[in-house]
Amino acid sequence: MPLGLHEPDLALHVEDLTVSYQSKPVLWDIDFDIPPGVMAAIVGPNGAGKSTLIKSILGLTPPIAGHVTLFGRPYRAQRKRVGYVPQRSSVDWDFPTTALDVVTMGLYGQLGWLRRPRKAHRQRAREALEQVGMQDYANRQISQLSGGQQQRVFLARALIQQADIYFLDEPMAGVDAPTERAIVDILRGLRDAGKTVIVVHHDLQTVRTYFDWLLILNVRVIAQGPVEAIYTADNLRKAYGGQIALLESTGTATPVVDAAQADASEAPHAPASGRETP
Amino acid sequence: MSVHALLTDYTVQNVILGALMLGLVSGMLGSFAVLRKQSLLGDALSHAALPGICLGFLAAGARELGAIMLGALLAGALAALLVLLLTRYSRLKTDAALGIVLSTFFALGVVLLTHIQGTNNASQGGLDAFLFGQAAATLRGDLVIMAGVTLLSLILVTGLWKEFKLVCFDPGFARALGMPVLALEVTLTVMIALAVVVGLQIVGVVLMAAMVIAPAVAARQWCRRLETMVPLAALFGIVSGISGALVSTLGRGLATGPLIVISVSLLVVVSLLFAPRRGMLWELIQRSRQRRRLRHQQLLTTLYRLAERHGDHDFQSEQGLLDSYHRTRTRAALARLEKRGWVESRQQPPQNTTHWALTGTGRDEAARILASLNTGSD
Repeated sequence: MPLGLHEPDLALHVEDLTVSYQSKPVLWDIDFDIPPGVMAAIVGPNGAGKSTLIKSILGLTPPIAGHVTLFGRPYRAQRKRVGYVPQRSSVDWDFPTTALDVVTMGLYGQLGWLRRPRKAHRQRAREALEQVGMQDYANRQISQLSGGQQQRVFLARALIQQADIYFLDEPMAGVDAPTERAIVDILRGLRDAGKTVIVVHHDLQTVRTYFDWLLILNVRVIAQGPVEAIYTADNLRKAYGGQIALLESTGTATPVVDAAQADASEAPHAPASGRETP
Repeated sequence: MSVHALLTDYTVQNVILGALMLGLVSGMLGSFAVLRKQSLLGDALSHAALPGICLGFLAAGARELGAIMLGALLAGALAALLVLLLTRYSRLKTDAALGIVLSTFFALGVVLLTHIQGTNNASQGGLDAFLFGQAAATLRGDLVIMAGVTLLSLILVTGLWKEFKLVCFDPGFARALGMPVLALEVTLTVMIALAVVVGLQIVGVVLMAAMVIAPAVAARQWCRRLETMVPLAALFGIVSGISGALVSTLGRGLATGPLIVISVSLLVVVSLLFAPRRGMLWELIQRSRQRRRLRHQQLLTTLYRLAERHGDHDFQSEQGLLDSYHRTRTRAALARLEKRGWVESRQQPPQNTTHWALTGTGRDEAARILASLNTGSD
């Protein structure tokens, strides 16, 4: 093991992480690991701390205890290897800028101080837009894009970062079916290229089809591991409690009433109110 | 005064140069404040500056602009810090915190002002001019300070352009990229405070907020990108600054500051009404266009259905029948459709009233509309 590295064989290693807002714990003593090259989902009921977990891993919400390493080093040292897609509702889409401009922002970290994006950078942004099928909207004002198109632009901004590990906060919330398929295809492509993809996900129905690794969260870690082993009626009930009804067949569980969908505040039609952190 | 005499007049030159720089700097920095939803920050900063002005005067013992500006800056910074602390550590929202801090500081300032006036200090003359500004009192020395602030803001905004842009649009992402978001936000706020302080002399504490908000709001209406919005806001600031200064000179002693604010407000009104895409007039036109298109579609499909019911492609519907069916006069709309070649009119005996029939292309259009309605409702 090279000197100074902590758990270098893991894409993500989280130990004893605790986050609280005004003495109310939002995340309590979180320990989990994600191996490289998987597509992982983080699921849990409203207020489980899913978004907070991602934000504290990326240093946006300071933890009161615990530490995080990415490929053996803390986040500060690994920034250039991380791609991030925040919740779409976290920004004002009436900001005066174009789709191409937003994608170019993904390069700001690599550009560094005083350097402006040049032709080559804009070319890369165009290619990223093409990857998400948005090349025809490059010069469109972002307020004129549909929700699904805005989400694709956000994804393109992360793709241009050419990271090794991607964090996505509810990328499938409030998007149309074709966009959801397109996003999943792109994420699978990343995983197949050896990248690690970590997604906060709200739709239990699709967890088993989309993902191969699963973290079930409700303030504490309920269960973690390969999807087949972890997606059980028992684990889901532990996380969601009475909010969920399950049909059980040969040890696997199928949610009948999807708790997240039944809850209006996280339904796809109300993305703005679907945020769980203040 | 002739134009030449006007422009060579020492005082007028000072006022125009001052108003120009104030417009430039507040328009440019105001754009970022407005986009960060901190429009009222300028208001809080300027009102909060009043006690600082008075304390600066008391400390210097005379109407010394350096001390007064320093006091204003410190008081403004203290107020901004208080707002930040209140929103973070109490349950107050930003608007309430701004309102409370602004009025408390302003009240304190007015108390101090009356106290100074009561002391019969001979050198206090004109301190109350800071309430509404006194452009004519602008000196060359003041202009040097303003030029310094303007130059500094220009350098910062061009040098940190992409950083400021990302911090305004998506601060979370900016932090994830490793940008010092807090430092950038503080830099922007301090620069706005500086702009407010240099503007107090000309526009005064009461109206200074308009200089921060108005040019940016007006420019936002016309622009699709930040790269054009910020220069346009600066231009709007400059234009209103100069025109306010000129009108006040020509109008024999009308107050310059309020005139500048009125000019920039006019720009806001025009922009809100007439800007393409975002203007109210534009929206009105779009809506009436849409209504007209809907009426056309209704008429075409009515004619189509009537023809179908009678089993006659060339069925001719009487004007009165169409009017009563749509419960409104339809002649104008039908005439427009006729111009497009979708319907044709005939005088039909024996009553000799106007009858309307679909043309071949009109029939195709009506069929297309009906088909699209059906797929839409599936």
